[in-house]
Amino acid sequence: MHIFYEFVTGFWQESVKTFKILSRNKMGLFGFTMTILIILMSFIGPLIWPPEVSANVSEINKGSSAQHWLGTDFQGQDNLRKIINGGKDIVTIALLTGTLSMLIAVAVGSFSAFIGGRVDSLLMEFVNIWLTIPKFPLLAVLATVLALKDVVMLSVLMAILDWPALARQVRSQVLTLKNREYIEAATMLDLGTPRIIFRELLPNMMSFIAISTIFEMTHAIYQQTGLVFLGIVPYSSANWGVMISAAERRGVLFNPQAAWSIIAPMAAIILFQLALVSFARSLDEVFNPRLRTSV
Amino acid sequence: MTTITTSTTSRHSFLDVIRKVTSNYLLRRLGKALFTIWFVTTITFFVIRAMPGSAIDVLMQDLTAQGVSPEDARDQAAALMGIDLDQPLSGQYLDYLNNVIHGELGHSYRSAGLLVTKMITTVLPWTLFSVGLALLITFVLGIALGTIMAYKRDTWIDHLLSNLAATLDAVSPYLIGLLAILFFGIIWKLVPIMEMRGSMSSGMKPGFTIAFLADIFKHVRVILLVYVLSSIGSWMLQMKSNTVATLGEDYVTVARARGLTDGRILTAYVGRNATLPLFTRLAISVGFIVGGSVLLETLFTYQGVGFLLAKSISQRDYPVMQGVFLVITVSVVFANLLADYIYGWLDPRVHILGEDN
Repeated sequence: MHIFYEFVTGFWQESVKTFKILSRNKMGLFGFTMTILIILMSFIGPLIWPPEVSANVSEINKGSSAQHWLGTDFQGQDNLRKIINGGKDIVTIALLTGTLSMLIAVAVGSFSAFIGGRVDSLLMEFVNIWLTIPKFPLLAVLATVLALKDVVMLSVLMAILDWPALARQVRSQVLTLKNREYIEAATMLDLGTPRIIFRELLPNMMSFIAISTIFEMTHAIYQQTGLVFLGIVPYSSANWGVMISAAERRGVLFNPQAAWSIIAPMAAIILFQLALVSFARSLDEVFNPRLRTSV
Repeated sequence: MTTITTSTTSRHSFLDVIRKVTSNYLLRRLGKALFTIWFVTTITFFVIRAMPGSAIDVLMQDLTAQGVSPEDARDQAAALMGIDLDQPLSGQYLDYLNNVIHGELGHSYRSAGLLVTKMITTVLPWTLFSVGLALLITFVLGIALGTIMAYKRDTWIDHLLSNLAATLDAVSPYLIGLLAILFFGIIWKLVPIMEMRGSMSSGMKPGFTIAFLADIFKHVRVILLVYVLSSIGSWMLQMKSNTVATLGEDYVTVARARGLTDGRILTAYVGRNATLPLFTRLAISVGFIVGGSVLLETLFTYQGVGFLLAKSISQRDYPVMQGVFLVITVSVVFANLLADYIYGWLDPRVHILGEDN
């Protein structure tokens, strides 16, 4: 329990330090702020602007106006309001998949690096084999056969398919850190494996873990919208992916008047992905001296 | 005395052969590729047959709902999938493996009577052509641009290219495809997007004629551009960081001190060493592009393997679905095997390491 408390405080200090360095990097600050804004909008926005329930026949496929900033869709509903209400699924799946696959990857990757020997090489051989299997077709086939019903199940499935690549990165990271002086010193002082892992190893890998998690999140967004496009994931709620494929199916692409209803959700997804990646890249720049541009 | 010597030497040479085979880089890779294919085949079998709510159950329910009696439904589903349901699971599994080895993937459920193998062989060339070409262009262009970025580090050109690469890397291929249709096809009207549907115009005779080549190029150009745009970002960034790292190596400094020309340093010292790690990334990239082809081919109605997979998914045509998935995986595994061989040929160290073990 004590070790866990120490890990949390260590993690908090590390995060504050990271944020201080990051605030000097413009791209990073933009990415971070944008990500937080999108998450807030998706979870708090629907409480203030709930989704419209009825169609509005007189306002179908309108362009941008003072009343409807992002125009209206094929049902005459306000696009901006649909964007505000459509982020929840996307954000939830991204966060869940990123966190879950990283948790599995950290557990398996560090276990593999610490135990070494035959178990380690077997695990890594499995990971290498897994990496050559094209993931998206496999995901599409599995999601079809399993007929997934909710967001959580989809996240779990994606995390199960995606963790091996991350685990390999975690393992190599742990292996390099393991040979650093301070870890060797901690081992010699006999501080105990849990303490070494939680107090010494993980805090020093935090930036790396954050970066990989964020990249996994953008990947999850891609896979998810792809599954929606193929019609595999149910159309239960109106999220950005569903907005795109609904617009595409109604031939919006060929109707310049209605362009807003496809551009708006696309812009939302692209903005979210860009925000995440520029945040991750600047974390990478801050912590990877090889990439550090002269400040 | 002599007999003992011969027997021990023969045993030694036999063990040596075994050791040579297991430590041979090329053979080991081949073994791994075959293992991967077996692994995927097994997954597919369990998805189709052994899982609760598996494909064959759904197929039987579907047929019963259409008014077929339960026994007939069972027989028909089994015939479509090429599985003998009366056998125990292990027997079915062996049969299934045997069928896959002989390229027998069953019959389509929706396009009545059509062999799955036949359906795949008509679309496979188009995917191999477009994805292969895209990979080649991406690889060459990515390396070139990445090297430029590293050499012009911290100039405006590096900033421009780096930001472009990061942006392209972040955005989903499927969204890039939609944007391409929206801008090139609808808003700017640069390409006739409606005429470009399909992998070639109807009535076109395949052959090495200029008209045919021009026609397939016309159909492939936008999807090719989208493949390249969606995967070039990570290549550029990777190549840049590899080149920057290599430029800091001692042997490059020594080569400079020896007064070698910049061109020679670039090709023989920096380029070669910075490119090598990229080959190991090819595995991920091939899988990524092929995975993206499921969405992009559907978006552009380009009749390749990805299009067929998406179609079979939306029609719940399980025999076709499993066949296409297997073929996609086998192609990706063999593409990786090829990349491994090229890597082994470019970097002799992997052989030596393998033989040391």
